[in-house]
Formats: sequence, structure tokens, C-alpha cells
Amino acid sequence: MQLPIYLDNNATTKVDPRVFEAMTPFFLNDFGNAASRSHSFGWKAEEAVDYAREQIAALIGANEKEIIFTSGATESNNLAIKGVFEMYASKGKHIITSVTEHKAVLDTCKHLEKLGAEITYLPVAMDGMLDMKDLENAIRPDTILVSIMYGNNEMGVVQKIREIGALCKSKGVLFHSDATQAVGKIPVDVIADNIDLMSFTAHKMYGPKGIGALFVRRKNPRVKVTAQMDGGGHERGMRSGTLNVPGIVGFGKACELARLEMAQDAERLSKLRDKLENALLKLEESYVNGNKENRLPHTTNISFKYVEGEGLMMAVKDIAVSSGSACTSASLEPSYVLKALGLDDELAHSSLRFGLSRFTTEEEIDYTINYVTQAVNRLRDMSPLWEMFKDGVDLKSIEWSEH
Amino acid sequence: MAYSEKVIDHYNNPRNVGTLDKAAANVGTGLVGAPECGDVMRLQIQVDPITGVIEDAKFKTFGCGSAIASSSLATEWLKGKTVDDALTIDNMDIVEELALPPVKIHCSVLAEDAIKAAINDYRIKQGLEPIEDTKKHY
Repeated sequence: MQLPIYLDNNATTKVDPRVFEAMTPFFLNDFGNAASRSHSFGWKAEEAVDYAREQIAALIGANEKEIIFTSGATESNNLAIKGVFEMYASKGKHIITSVTEHKAVLDTCKHLEKLGAEITYLPVAMDGMLDMKDLENAIRPDTILVSIMYGNNEMGVVQKIREIGALCKSKGVLFHSDATQAVGKIPVDVIADNIDLMSFTAHKMYGPKGIGALFVRRKNPRVKVTAQMDGGGHERGMRSGTLNVPGIVGFGKACELARLEMAQDAERLSKLRDKLENALLKLEESYVNGNKENRLPHTTNISFKYVEGEGLMMAVKDIAVSSGSACTSASLEPSYVLKALGLDDELAHSSLRFGLSRFTTEEEIDYTINYVTQAVNRLRDMSPLWEMFKDGVDLKSIEWSEH
Repeated sequence: MAYSEKVIDHYNNPRNVGTLDKAAANVGTGLVGAPECGDVMRLQIQVDPITGVIEDAKFKTFGCGSAIASSSLATEWLKGKTVDDALTIDNMDIVEELALPPVKIHCSVLAEDAIKAAINDYRIKQGLEPIEDTKKHY
């Protein structure tokens, strides 16, 4: 077993060696531009792209013509939301999203507010789930788009996408889902889910970085987005720019592997995840953040009360995880996602996100359990708050000197 | 973020973690910071009432590595000093000793505040006036 152990697979994943192998010919030999129609280099590249498009479409139940390649999910989210706002401006300017979305969605919406859009940011319950009634009540005659993520990047909470899709369809509102964390991890079917636009990316599912896709529905209804980059009119005019052929080939292979192996991966990973989670919950005053039933199989987010997040991160340097506090930056702001659940700042600060992968072993999980348990206990022995808690002091009763 | 070797050493081997009897007349306790700010320090001194020398110092800190190191270092410096000498410990001395980066200077400020709070608690117990902190940080 090698240290540090990588458990930050919601941030990015290792490229599967089979994906890497599939990509290699397209750097040195078959390096043509897929848009070159006049020679075999171009034809080979185009053929590879077409094949990858089929592999990707098959994973999400789409038609290959509905796959628009982008640089990643951030670009896909931008293209979907800004593109719909521009394309459907005559229909309305109201967009609905939620407070726990990724910044690529939230900041795109904030940008559109400056351009005259009206955005409703729906709250979530303490378990991170959206209330369907809130969504239904928020839909107006001038609502053009609902954008709700499939699986949350911090907690792994999976929203009731099928219900949301059905509601949007019945109201005649387009539905976009940021499915970056979900595609390749749980079954996603754009037809059954009534999704009109969907963002996803290769590097969260053992593919390379720098290649993503936006699914844009072609039938019932035919959806169009205004291009956000002008140029050669690639990707049915919705996204110009020479195609990243090796990336696309890798993305295709990653999707094929996911389609074939997702079910067994998910079963194994949810068992390992539950083992990790149950062991860490044996620590007093530790809590799982987010709904445990509707959740990605490979993710858990746990708060350890009375230890501080940054100190905790320093104590667990043998494992690569993310913390709920953004202490790596100068700001000491805790996670807005965890705060949206109604967590106290101190609980949001002292949380760790564990993301398992296809390559995670049971040995690594066993090590992590012991390691994190020891770290939390050590920090609590050093924590005045833990001592007060143990002495029955109500921390809320103390007048703290804010600084 | 890269921590200095001294911060890492104090973090891994904190000196003088513990609790003194806060009800004792010769023990001063300072509790500073706030949980929602991500830093709480509790620093305690035990003073020989005749000589005024700090015989023992203990801390417990909820915070980042720099906060733990700052309070650990403070207890090391306090032991053996008289209460009056302890008042001269400046946060910038801690910054220098631990090579704290600018974003972590507040940890040293908190440690200095904790020292002053502990000394004032001791002074009040001894029937003395608390020291006014006239120093402006930043």
C-alpha cells in the first residue's frame, strides 16, 4: 500500500490504464484534425470521434448527435445556461436553480442576473434534498430553465431527478442537470429522466481532464443553445473549436468501461464506503452530512465536532481528502453547501469528504479508519471545546471574543 | 499551504497540553477566540505567589496548525518567567519564531491575547487591577 492514499475522487480520478492505452495512438500517429475532410488523417480522427460519441451516448441513453463536446463540465454548464438564456430570451428570463449547485452553475446564474435574468435559488432541506413543492411553486409562466444537479459534489446527495424532469416537462420548462458527479457512477438515462440538457466530464470517471460534454436533446423538444464561442461552427454550431481527439477517444473508452462495470463498481464501493462511514461514526459527535439513502455510492462527508477543519487536514496528511473549510485559500469561509444544510460554521469547518474510486482497496480503507480515528482523538485531547463539552458546558452560553 | 518546520514540530509534539485547576487562587486562565472563527485557545498559568514566577503553563487549542503551534510555543516561553516579564511577550516574536505567513498572523495575536487574559485572571484573583491592553494589532 502506498501513502498518501487518494480519497479525493470527487475532485478528479486517476485515468484508467485502459483509457490511457486507447488514447495513445491519437498523439503520435493518428493525430489528424477531425474536421479535415480531404485526407486520411482527418478521416481517421473523425471516425474515432464518431465512435467515441456513440460510446458516450450509449452510457446516458442519448443519440450520438445529441453529444456536444466541450472542455469540461464548467464549460458545459456555462454553455447550457447562458446558451438557453440567449436562445429563449423571447420566451422569458426566469431561471430556477438551487443553493447547493456547483459554482459553475451559481456564478453563471449570477452573471446572467447582471444581464437582466431573474434567478430563483431554491433552498434545500437539512439532508440536502430539494423539496418538489418548492420547485413547483417557483415555476412561473416566464420560466425558461430549471437547472438542478444530479449528484452533489460535496455530500454526494442525489436529487430526485426523474421527478424534477417529469415536472419540468409537464410545465413546458427546459431542464438542465449538472451530472458531473453522477454519470459513470450511477445509472443516468436522459430519456427516462426527461433531461433536456446535461453537463458531464471525463475526468470524474477515470477519463482524461480537459474533455467534457453537453447533452442537448434533439427530439421532444428539440433544444438549441446559442454558441458562447464563435468560430468554425463545430458541434452543430453550438461549440466551435478543433476537437480534442485523444481526449474524446479517452472519454469514449471511459464511458464504455463505466457502462460495463458501473454496477459492480458501485456495489463494491458502497460496501467500502459504508464500512468507512460506520467505523468513523463510532467516534462520538460525528455526523454524516446529507441524505444517506439518496446518495452516490462512492462518497461520504462526515463532520467531527469540536475539532477544527484545517488542523484536521494537517493531521490526516497520509490521506488525500477534501475539507469543508476552504482554508487552503486565504478566506476562512466554510463550505456554502454545508452551510446551506443549516450546519453551524464549526461543524461545516470540521468536515471531511471521502471519495472512493475503482482503484480504492479495502486495505486503504482499513488504514484510513484507524488513521482518521487517531487524528480526531488526538485533536480532541487538545481541544478546549471538547473538554467543555465533556464537562457539560453549553458552548452557546459562553460569550466568545470574536476576532 | 506549506508550514514551517517549527510549526510542524509543535503541531506533532505539542508542549504542555493540559488543564490546571482553574479554581485555584494561583492559577490564571485565559480563554480567547470563537468557535465560528475556527480558533479557540485556552491558556493557563500557575504562579508562585511569593516570587511571581510562572511555575507551570498549559494550553488547549481548537484551531489550525499555526494556532496550536502558537499556543504551544507560548507555554514554553511562559514557564520560568515572572508574570511581569510575561507581559512583554509580543505576538510578532511568535510570528518570527514560527515563521508564520501573513494569513496566520492572527494565530499569534490570539496567543498574545490568551497570555494577557490568563495574567489578568490571575491578577484579579490576587486582588490586583487588570492590565489594560492598549496595544493595537495590525
